[in-house]
Amino acid sequence: MSLAQPALKIEPAGVMPPVTEAVFKRPHVTIRGLSKRFNKTVIYDKFDLDIPRGKLISVFGPNGCGKSTLINMIAGLIPPDEGQILFDGMLLDEIKFGYVFQNYREALFPWLRAFDNIAYPLKMMGIGKAERQARVERLVERLGVKIDLNRYPYVMSGGQQQLVSIMRALVVEPEILFLDEPFSALDYEMTLFMREQLQRIFVETGTTTVLVSHDLEEAVYLADRVLLLSRHPALVADFVTYDAPRPRTDATLSDADFVQIKAHCLEVFQREVRKG
Amino acid sequence: MKRLEPLLPFVGVVGLVAVWYFAVWKQIVDPVLLPSPTTTFWALWKGMNGELGFDFIKTVYRTTMSIVIAAAIAIPLGIVLGSSERLYRSLEFVIDFFRSTPASAMFPLFLVLFGVGDETKISVAAFGAMLVILFNVAYGVMNARKTRLLAAKVMGASRLRVLSDVMLLESLPQTFVGLRNGVSLALVIVVVAEMFIGSQDGLGHSVFEAQQMFEMPRMYAAIFAAGALGYGLNLLFLLIERRFVHWSGK
Repeated sequence: MSLAQPALKIEPAGVMPPVTEAVFKRPHVTIRGLSKRFNKTVIYDKFDLDIPRGKLISVFGPNGCGKSTLINMIAGLIPPDEGQILFDGMLLDEIKFGYVFQNYREALFPWLRAFDNIAYPLKMMGIGKAERQARVERLVERLGVKIDLNRYPYVMSGGQQQLVSIMRALVVEPEILFLDEPFSALDYEMTLFMREQLQRIFVETGTTTVLVSHDLEEAVYLADRVLLLSRHPALVADFVTYDAPRPRTDATLSDADFVQIKAHCLEVFQREVRKG
Repeated sequence: MKRLEPLLPFVGVVGLVAVWYFAVWKQIVDPVLLPSPTTTFWALWKGMNGELGFDFIKTVYRTTMSIVIAAAIAIPLGIVLGSSERLYRSLEFVIDFFRSTPASAMFPLFLVLFGVGDETKISVAAFGAMLVILFNVAYGVMNARKTRLLAAKVMGASRLRVLSDVMLLESLPQTFVGLRNGVSLALVIVVVAEMFIGSQDGLGHSVFEAQQMFEMPRMYAAIFAAGALGYGLNLLFLLIERRFVHWSGK
């Protein structure tokens, strides 16, 4: 956080020391020689990847290719069999990160009010009650969230619950944010709304974000880079750059640039599907 | 029509009493075996202000004691067993076996161990209730949502924290299922024990004694008192659950 945030929040006015420039350009996450097998199926075999800093990366690929497995290994939910994952040269337990589950219903704590759910990771960091309160309130204000956080999650709509989950992941001011198909359990209307929320949050915080998606339109629309994976053992089939300015809107979806990149991604995807 | 809906539960009660009156009026059943509702409720009213009331309190005391003892042992033990699936699997057969053994079959054994006093009744009931609670708590802990445990872990919760902040609360709805079943079972065992094990008081004794002396109104009164107690205990636990486990089933 200490490195990523100031670099992104404060637009340096012209002069920038070369050292900072180098730090800024250096990849945030470096993955080397990652291997993972489930029973006899090889999911990853000596997989390498650099995740750039301050970008939103969408991960897309054929079913069962290991999209979720990848972010789960990066986020430490599943141990890799082999390989190394470093964050600015540091290990996972030395950094702060946020993780948003697909199943918000089971990821939130129903016995805590939304507010206390969001504050929970701060409690785990040993932060006092008053400070926790202040930090959550600051986050709420910063994101312009207008839902009543004194309610319990189970009385909220799916979208509101997932928004609470995302806030819970953001409250620690993570250096990197992982989202595993965060909107796939929501209806279409709510999905569109939540995409906008996520984009706003990303523009606001500039946190390096890795989003697993099963919806190509969403993957391209939200991303700076789209990571296309091949069937297992998963390889990087392509790592497409999409640099349309933010905020992107519904109009973006019909831009020539967007349509072309989406078509390219689909082509790569189809090629990989046919291989299997 | 909508305004009358809260009165629906009383329909059955009124119906039952009406059928009862009718049966007594038409003398369908021998009047000695089936006294009128008025006589019975008068016996209940009089009894609860006297001897039956004393028996009622005795039974409440024994049932409460046994459920408190059962819960005090079973809840911590269930959490320990549930948090290690291997440990539970290795003891599962023993627990299931004794859970399936009718607790009344244990009376003679407990009589030898504790004599004919209150201890025997309380400990047999506690034994039966304990296994029911234990089984439910352990399953509640074992079936804690995996995502929720992972979420806590990802947020930096230690193993002990995961246990106290997540597993424990996750198991609460199932724990209450166990407590409700346990208290019903404890009451059954206590009442049976009061009937047969050289008992001087309690609702079971009251029912049995009234039957022996052929005092039918008193017997029905004692049965209703026992029914009210069972219903009341269940309701009490439901209310506690709704208050403290507000997320149950949501």
